[in-house]
Amino acid sequence: MKFWIGMAVTVALAAGLALSRTNEYFFYAGFVVLQFVVLATAWNILGGYAGYVNFGTAAFFGIGAYTAVVLFKAAGAPLALQILAAAVISGLLGFGTGLLTLRLRGIFFSIATVAVIFIMETAMVNWRYVGGATGMQLLRPPVMEPFESYTRMLFVTMAILAVIAVSIARYIEVSWIGRGLRAIRDSEEAAECFGVPTLQLKLFACTVSGALMGAAGAAMPMYMSFIEPPSSFSLTYSVSALAMPMIGGTSHWLGPVIGAILLGSVQQIVTVTISNEINVLVVGVLLVVFVVAAPDGVLGLLKKLRWWLRSSR
Amino acid sequence: MVAPLLQVKGVSKHFGGFSALSEVSLEVAEGERFGLIGPNGSGKTTLINCVSGALRNEAGSIVFRGEEISRLAAYQRTRRGIARSFQIPRPFHSMSVLENLVVPLGYVVGLNDADAHAEALRILKTIGLADKAQTPSNRLSQVELRKLELARAMAARPRLLISDEAMAGLAGNEVDEVLKILFDLNATGITIIMIEHIMQAVMRFSQRVICLDAGRIICEGTPAGIVKNPDVQRAYLGA
Amino acid sequence: MSFELLLEAIVFGVLLGCFYAAVSIGLSVAFGLLDVPHVAHPAIMVLGSYCTYVLGRYGWDPIVAGIALMPLFFLLGVAIYRFYYESFEKRGSDAGVRGLAFFFGLAFIIEVGLILVFGVDQRMVEAAYIGRSLALGEFRIPWRMVVAFGVALALTAGLTIYLSRTFTGRAIKAVAQDEPALRLMGANPVRIKQWAFGIATGVTALAGAMLIVVGPVEPSLDRVYIGRTFAVVVLAGLGSMTGTLAAGLILGISESIVLMQFGASWAPAVAFGLLLVALGIRPQGLFGR
Repeated sequence: MKFWIGMAVTVALAAGLALSRTNEYFFYAGFVVLQFVVLATAWNILGGYAGYVNFGTAAFFGIGAYTAVVLFKAAGAPLALQILAAAVISGLLGFGTGLLTLRLRGIFFSIATVAVIFIMETAMVNWRYVGGATGMQLLRPPVMEPFESYTRMLFVTMAILAVIAVSIARYIEVSWIGRGLRAIRDSEEAAECFGVPTLQLKLFACTVSGALMGAAGAAMPMYMSFIEPPSSFSLTYSVSALAMPMIGGTSHWLGPVIGAILLGSVQQIVTVTISNEINVLVVGVLLVVFVVAAPDGVLGLLKKLRWWLRSSR
Repeated sequence: MVAPLLQVKGVSKHFGGFSALSEVSLEVAEGERFGLIGPNGSGKTTLINCVSGALRNEAGSIVFRGEEISRLAAYQRTRRGIARSFQIPRPFHSMSVLENLVVPLGYVVGLNDADAHAEALRILKTIGLADKAQTPSNRLSQVELRKLELARAMAARPRLLISDEAMAGLAGNEVDEVLKILFDLNATGITIIMIEHIMQAVMRFSQRVICLDAGRIICEGTPAGIVKNPDVQRAYLGA
Repeated sequence: MSFELLLEAIVFGVLLGCFYAAVSIGLSVAFGLLDVPHVAHPAIMVLGSYCTYVLGRYGWDPIVAGIALMPLFFLLGVAIYRFYYESFEKRGSDAGVRGLAFFFGLAFIIEVGLILVFGVDQRMVEAAYIGRSLALGEFRIPWRMVVAFGVALALTAGLTIYLSRTFTGRAIKAVAQDEPALRLMGANPVRIKQWAFGIATGVTALAGAMLIVVGPVEPSLDRVYIGRTFAVVVLAGLGSMTGTLAAGLILGISESIVLMQFGASWAPAVAFGLLLVALGIRPQGLFGR
């Protein structure tokens, strides 16, 4: 019950902020951080819960963005419909990728997700309808009542998406599905021998994960008023979506949220004060540092701190 | 004439150019205590893997309770009543001892959360691990791990339990503890196939024994007969 | 496509294929034999290319530079494996996910590091054999491809002989197949694996030199080579050296034909496509154990 109150408060807070006089930049940055909350949470459903590392977040994200563009260009669809369609298409992509490779060892799934980025990006580069290699401009609708700017509306949309993503992740985590996924992560061979339908569960997690990533991507074209392959399929999305749960903690739904907020904020600060390249380097370094030194992430460190405080009394 | 619980007919399995099993056939009757011995690399674990579904056999058939199961996934075979313990214990290491049992109780037997936890505790009591119920499974001693392996297999409520070297590396009294658990399980009607290197355990436990060597069955009979068989002695001592 | 064009594509494909095999052979050892999830292998190769480029600025011939870099990269390989072993493999549980994440992070750091130092533009080297072509009957074969082909062949042959004829080489193959038995014989598997990983990385230095001979390099090149090297290693069958050569040739020829018929933007997809097909149909590869 506390969880749902927390979620309602989050949405109310986001809406409240959007209606207030807060600096416009906050919503630009806030949108990006919330987008990462969705991506990190989505990644963790397959990566943290089941132990299958997806390198190809950028593919699912990018396809979500392009699906939204196609719907917008072809039918002038409203944002909600774009997001829904993007989730379906990226979900199918996740299902397909999983079907091909989840029967095999984890590393082959990971390499296959790199392949998916390449194939999707090449396909979009060669598709004139969505602008091909140079991309295309998008005319987004003017101000969205009751918000002062379209960006504010996108901020609130992303907040709602984040709440949805976290709710789905939490549901999976505490349900029998989550127990099965954890068994797969701990010992897939044993899980299979003790009644867990490993392939089905993995496919489920992969599909849901892909769908959420696509949903996150759908809002991007409107946010930028522009779409092009290199930035839509940027590897930074893949690395960030992987780094954030590793930094925050992979066994609990709160981990990706913490990781996204921490790392996302760091990224915003570094990009503005130093440079984008250094920012990207920082993400990589933090990923390696945490993977080596703090494998259970921030949540794990907090747990150790609590234990240490309790035992030193 | 009652049909056997498990029928393995002409099963073969290759790895690359290496033939791990060649035309192995055997039958296990319901309620039987069946021993499987053989030197290292003779194919015992491969055979077990083919029966449990961890591997697919290339030739031959495996019939369990009258149903051909060669094409079924491992989790489907478990739901039909085949459970196994692992030679090197593979607990769900992020879970407590209790939760390790909840997994099969939910996924094989179909119990809900509350019933699964209660039943898991009951099983732990019978096996002597109840006081370790909340302990993370990656903090157990060797003999406790072996008991957990068996407890987890029990939680799957099998008709056939395959115990893969459950006593390897244990001390004398620990071997007796595990052996007693297996005897008690068999008394409740569970058919047990035991793979073991500890000869005195196999001889005390089994009603019938089969010896494998280089992927083939070289001898079949009573424990007393097997021990005296010259082929078996040759396989182990490598004449 | 006319017969002459097809033949030219095949000839080019053979040269390219042998190059791909040599480039993948380090991964064949690191991943195929040692089972390390070394997705940073192409990134290290690109690092080798850039080191070759730097030496080239001082007048070094690229192949000579590549050979000179091998001992340095050997030490780098040993260090990386040691670090990987201490941090992940030893600890067991969860090592798979974290090991993969580690190598992915490492590849990323190398790529971004190269961008910071050298920028995103392409870099090339100069040598006597770059820019000129060998005329063979009706065909014109670029000399740089011939040189790369020769070096690649020598490298592949050398490593294959090393693994099958020398004591340490056979120990490496043994540790891949039966580590407990090796331990019983008194050998230390960790030191053997360390040595093997070092060799795999050393070889990658020369592969990097060949890469910049064959064409210009840029920091993001490691991404497409993840596809190519893993396609070769999987198609070959993990741990098979002769298979690596055969798989390399298959990839090289297919890519060359696609390049000629459909153009450059689709050529990288061939590797990934081949990889996905191999994983879907015959994951143990052509010569797999």
